[in-house]
Amino acid sequence: MDKTVRFRVRVKDSIANVKAMIFHPMETGYRRDKNSKSIIPQHFVHTAIVALNGKTIMEVHWSRSVSKNPYLNIRVPGVSAGDELSISWLDNMGQSGSSVSTIS
Amino acid sequence: MVSEAHHRRIFLKSALAVISSLIVPSVGYSRWDKNAYNKTEIVASVQSVGVINLADLREGGSEITLLTPKIAENGAIVPITVNSKIPNTERIFIFAEKNPQPLVSDYVFTPHVEPFVASRIKMSETAFVHAIVLAEGVFYRTAREVKVTIGGCGEDS
Amino acid sequence: MSGMRLLFYLAALGILISQTPARGSPEKDRQIFLDTYSKNLPDVPLSRYVHGSMMLSDDALSQYDSIMDFPPFQDAVDSGEKIWNTPFKNGQNFSNCFENKGVEIAGKFPYYDSDLEQVVTFEMALNFCLQNNNEAPVDFVDPETMGALSAYARSLSDGMLMQIEISTPDALAKYNDGKSLYFRRIGQYNLACASCHLTHGGHYFRDELLSPAIGQAVHFPVFRGGERLYTLQMRYQRCMEAVGAVPYSSGSEELNNLEFFHSYLNNGLPLESSVYRR
Repeated sequence: MDKTVRFRVRVKDSIANVKAMIFHPMETGYRRDKNSKSIIPQHFVHTAIVALNGKTIMEVHWSRSVSKNPYLNIRVPGVSAGDELSISWLDNMGQSGSSVSTIS
Repeated sequence: MVSEAHHRRIFLKSALAVISSLIVPSVGYSRWDKNAYNKTEIVASVQSVGVINLADLREGGSEITLLTPKIAENGAIVPITVNSKIPNTERIFIFAEKNPQPLVSDYVFTPHVEPFVASRIKMSETAFVHAIVLAEGVFYRTAREVKVTIGGCGEDS
Repeated sequence: MSGMRLLFYLAALGILISQTPARGSPEKDRQIFLDTYSKNLPDVPLSRYVHGSMMLSDDALSQYDSIMDFPPFQDAVDSGEKIWNTPFKNGQNFSNCFENKGVEIAGKFPYYDSDLEQVVTFEMALNFCLQNNNEAPVDFVDPETMGALSAYARSLSDGMLMQIEISTPDALAKYNDGKSLYFRRIGQYNLACASCHLTHGGHYFRDELLSPAIGQAVHFPVFRGGERLYTLQMRYQRCMEAVGAVPYSSGSEELNNLEFFHSYLNNGLPLESSVYRR
């Protein structure tokens, strides 16, 4: 199973404190391969969509200035148990991933 | 170590299908804007997100909380937090003034999520980190200087 | 500032080692180290020593806490978990090789093995486990095999206090070998570990805090910059290179004995595996 997004969600007074990490190299295009010495091409997530029960609640735009394995901490009010929080991402090479967390 | 909520993977038919269901904010661009993210200098970078006239930038004051380290341990991973108390915040833009491309990230908020975000950014050298908030067509700004001894963009030993 | 400049200045100043190690007991040695650090770092509790060069900066520790709350190197530790849990071809597991299934044991490593007549580190024990089960051993300095495996396996002992035992003359001899290396000037800069980390442990040199030896050995492996994995012996190698010396290999007798000595100094401190460092 390919887990590209890892979640940790804590709910207090129906506000969900959502911490997520997308496992991605966020390669800047400035680094060189140690052996071949050639430039490692840019490879980074440029867009991520956060959705609650299928409805988009937030859109994230990133550049290669975002750290490797990008971390995102957001706060979502008015959640209930059983709500589904999803994060979908798309990178500059057309690769994508997505994962869902169910609020407990 | 880190515990995780129960999750399952949803299969994306097409990433484009997801992107096409995006909300469109009132001012400025909505999709990831290659043009804004390619600017190599802070003034052009700020203008490219819609701040045509820099004199129109209002000071955020106590309405915008920007938390950054004073001295980044490693420029490759600088934790930052932004919280906006300005009503109807639609957008938060983050800039690292001396990065090769100063626009680092931007966040588009609907009323269903708090205008709060914490993330980790790369900084190439000591510089001001600027948070620009867009609310009801007005841009507000706050900034903090972060000292960087180990730069975060290139190879280091 | 660059590490090289720092070392040049230290060497140029001709840093003298004020404590000459006598052939005493390990506990007496540990006390000498503790006394030196209390003078260099008055009013700093021992519990903060585990954070090394970050220990005096709340700004640095706040970044550490923030990053450790959700570490970016979690994927590396997870791959180590997968290696640990994958059965060998003969059906056995790593956990079968260790007492208590590998939980709460790393604080007893390294130990002196009287049959093998050598110091055995935790990483060596992982390789012995592979070899005893007809699997190929892994490279001590490969972050994707030994690094990841050690990062996960050691985490099963998080919170355990370092508790190195030296109860025989043969074990003491190995401890003393490690201690000799610790105090030996080496490399083009002619510096010993003690030059920086005993005499000046807790002192600033320009903007760098020299971390005391006590507190250094319990937080390994580290992920520098949040991504580059170093085991303790890989770190020794880097330090040796930094003083212009040809490093001993990871898994060599010299570094095993050094780790034995160094770990003893860290007795009583809680282990934590897979941590962030700059």
